[in-house]
Amino acid sequence: MTDTGTYLYAVTSAPSPGIEDLRGVAGTPVRTIPCEGLVAYVSTVSLDDFGAEPLRRSMEDLDWLGETAGAHHHVVEEVADRTPVAPVRLVTVYRGDEQVKDLLRNRHDDFVDVLSTVTGRREWGVKAYVDLSAPGPAQTAPSLGGPGTAYLKRRQAGLRSREEAWRQAAMQAERLHETLSSVAVASHRHRAQDPELSGRTEAMLLNGAYLVESTRDDEFLKTVDDLRDRGVEIELTGPWAPYSFTDLEVRGDG
Amino acid sequence: MTDGSRYAPAVRPGSQPAARREPANLGDILERVLDRGVVIAGDIRVNLLDIELLTIKLRLVIASVDTAKEMGIDWWEHDPWLTGDSKALQDENRRLRARLDALESGDRHD
Repeated sequence: MTDTGTYLYAVTSAPSPGIEDLRGVAGTPVRTIPCEGLVAYVSTVSLDDFGAEPLRRSMEDLDWLGETAGAHHHVVEEVADRTPVAPVRLVTVYRGDEQVKDLLRNRHDDFVDVLSTVTGRREWGVKAYVDLSAPGPAQTAPSLGGPGTAYLKRRQAGLRSREEAWRQAAMQAERLHETLSSVAVASHRHRAQDPELSGRTEAMLLNGAYLVESTRDDEFLKTVDDLRDRGVEIELTGPWAPYSFTDLEVRGDG
Repeated sequence: MTDGSRYAPAVRPGSQPAARREPANLGDILERVLDRGVVIAGDIRVNLLDIELLTIKLRLVIASVDTAKEMGIDWWEHDPWLTGDSKALQDENRRLRARLDALESGDRHD
């Protein structure tokens, strides 16, 4: 018999019906632990897979990481579709259910605060891109130097215009973020993703998350569309569970 | 991400499909589940210290893997927009100017 742990996905303040068949990480069934008006969504996992040492190895396995992250996210989304949710970070594993109950008891008020913040609101992701590789002003002046000098001059001029393009883009990103934030309850600018990760050749100007009242979703989406009409390349994702707005940091007492 | 789409959540009945404009790709999901959400550190009893380290060092752990780097999972490493800093470019520009000067004076000596 292998040791098991309790893997925590999310916390809500109300039980959500219809998750009986839900599967989580490593295909484990998801169940709930109710305690003092809060509900934790958990799976029993083998510590052969989810102990610290195995995790240290498997977190470096991108296939494993992708599958596990996808499964974790899937559970969070299913719950979020039904009730306001505080998503918990990936691979949060407890020794057993009793400790999850301790968490819900000890941090009851914190969770209630977070959950009330996100109730009736959804997170949207907006990414904006700009093509910084677009050619700058043509370099037509004949060079007096050799080919090396000509090259360096071209490169220097290219760098100057690229620098200017970045400055323009950064200002544009700031304006975009302000516009979107004005329709949101809260907003957060995340780090721009690497082109390889975003899957785009253009540079990411803005990687924003916006917590929007459900009643203002249409207004927010229209704002996004208006920005698109103004020639900004925009990618909209969501609605997400409020991952970016549950910055509750739970520190244990011991 | 060569095939992020396979991580996209399946369309579920009654899950407001119209509102899900674009499917989430793996990068977006990883970014959220690894970097956001409720962080629980102290209460965890499974090799507490290791898990804490792991959580904190996740970015580094992943960034240390060559394949991850090749796939670009190192968004935390460079972020010109957040820093608003084009210092690297300015430095490069300065270096190039110096080289240009050197080259041009070299030309005159020829």
